Amino acid sequence: MSVVEEQLQQPATPAGPMIRTLVGVAMLSGLLVVLTFHFTKPYIDENQRRAIEAALFQVVPGAVTRRDFVVAEKGIFPATEKKQPGEMRFYAGYDDKGNLLGIAANTRAQGYANLIHLLYGYDPVCQCIRGIKVLKLAETPGLGDKIITDPVFVANFEALDVTLADDGKALANEIVTVKHGSKQNPWEIDAISGATISSKAVGKALNESAKVLLPMLIPHLEVIETIIDEQVTGETNNM
Amino acid sequence: MARKQNNEITWDTFSEGLWRENPVFAMLLGMCPVLAVTNSAINALAMGVATTFVLLASGILISLLRRQIPKQVRIATYIVIIATFVTIVDYSIQAISLDLYNALGAFIQLIVVNCMILGRAEAYASKNRPLKAFVNALGMGAGFTFALLCLGVVREVLGAGKLFGFDLFGPQFEPWVVMVLPAGGFIVLGAWLLLFEWFKQRKAQSESEAVVEAR
Repeated sequence: MSVVEEQLQQPATPAGPMIRTLVGVAMLSGLLVVLTFHFTKPYIDENQRRAIEAALFQVVPGAVTRRDFVVAEKGIFPATEKKQPGEMRFYAGYDDKGNLLGIAANTRAQGYANLIHLLYGYDPVCQCIRGIKVLKLAETPGLGDKIITDPVFVANFEALDVTLADDGKALANEIVTVKHGSKQNPWEIDAISGATISSKAVGKALNESAKVLLPMLIPHLEVIETIIDEQVTGETNNM
Repeated sequence: MARKQNNEITWDTFSEGLWRENPVFAMLLGMCPVLAVTNSAINALAMGVATTFVLLASGILISLLRRQIPKQVRIATYIVIIATFVTIVDYSIQAISLDLYNALGAFIQLIVVNCMILGRAEAYASKNRPLKAFVNALGMGAGFTFALLCLGVVREVLGAGKLFGFDLFGPQFEPWVVMVLPAGGFIVLGAWLLLFEWFKQRKAQSESEAVVEAR
């Protein structure tokens, strides 16, 4: 600090009151924040759980129960409470009798403004994606957020083909986003005109996730059906 | 200002924030949330209420501590106090509705740097008694919410054909998309400012004409 600046700061207050004020205010502030955090945490957790569940039941129609699993090289395991970094987690949706209806997984890709976070539902019977739910996006209102509202675009995901190739190691056809009005194959996504970047991001997110997850998941699909049949009896929900 | 020296609480203490010193239409403070979150009426209302809460709570606390806070550290102290209440609002909105929280995004946290709140702390709460600071903050908050709603209602009706999420015109309505885009915020704000300025000038003109006639 220069001499001139020091002279400007008169009359000088001793350091004591300044430190006392700042420490006192900071402590009060810490106390208030901690109290609020504790008070609101159960409500926030409950809201988040409900948001995930609502999204899952939307992309896996008819599901009433959910189980979390982790897929790895060796097979499928029930997910632990705590998330491990780098694990591939997915949710399985079951009907009231405990039959597997479909699975859902999170994915994301860079959109126009920021990352678009999605949950998509995979139906093992038709080997297709049955629905997507946008969990978080920051796309331009009125343009990019049409990926949620545009009925023609949403119809892309009624049965988006993700059949595995014959060797089971990759998708038979990668998911591609095509120009509006030029969709011809069941693995293509018809983009929204005026929101091409957001549409492409959805296609990319689905493709990246499906081509990694499905080849690992499908050989072990029977495992999650049998595990669940034992677990479901006499038990409702333990999320 | 001599008016602020006395401790009397008048209707003016409350109403100056609503109209004469409206933070948006008269002082043009806190423009960032005004333009950013007013693409729907419900976002505008939530933002207004959240800002009003921070304004009220920080106003009272700063007014209570006004004799304890040394001049050199006052800004730092105000910011810590404001940030505390913003964090409380942030958690509360998450607990109330995640959808609303996602819609408002980073703008809740950014209330901390809303210059209107710091401006009120510095210019009013630090010089007046808690009750007076409270009444004034309530007026300012109401004025801010009113201004946000002015923008939010116009932009939602024109840009989405809805009001508070309810469809107004049916499926035949073609939304005027630019209104919910950032550019629409500037256009609507400009239109409102034009209107308010016109009112003000007309009033000033009729007053000066009255003076001339009196001569």
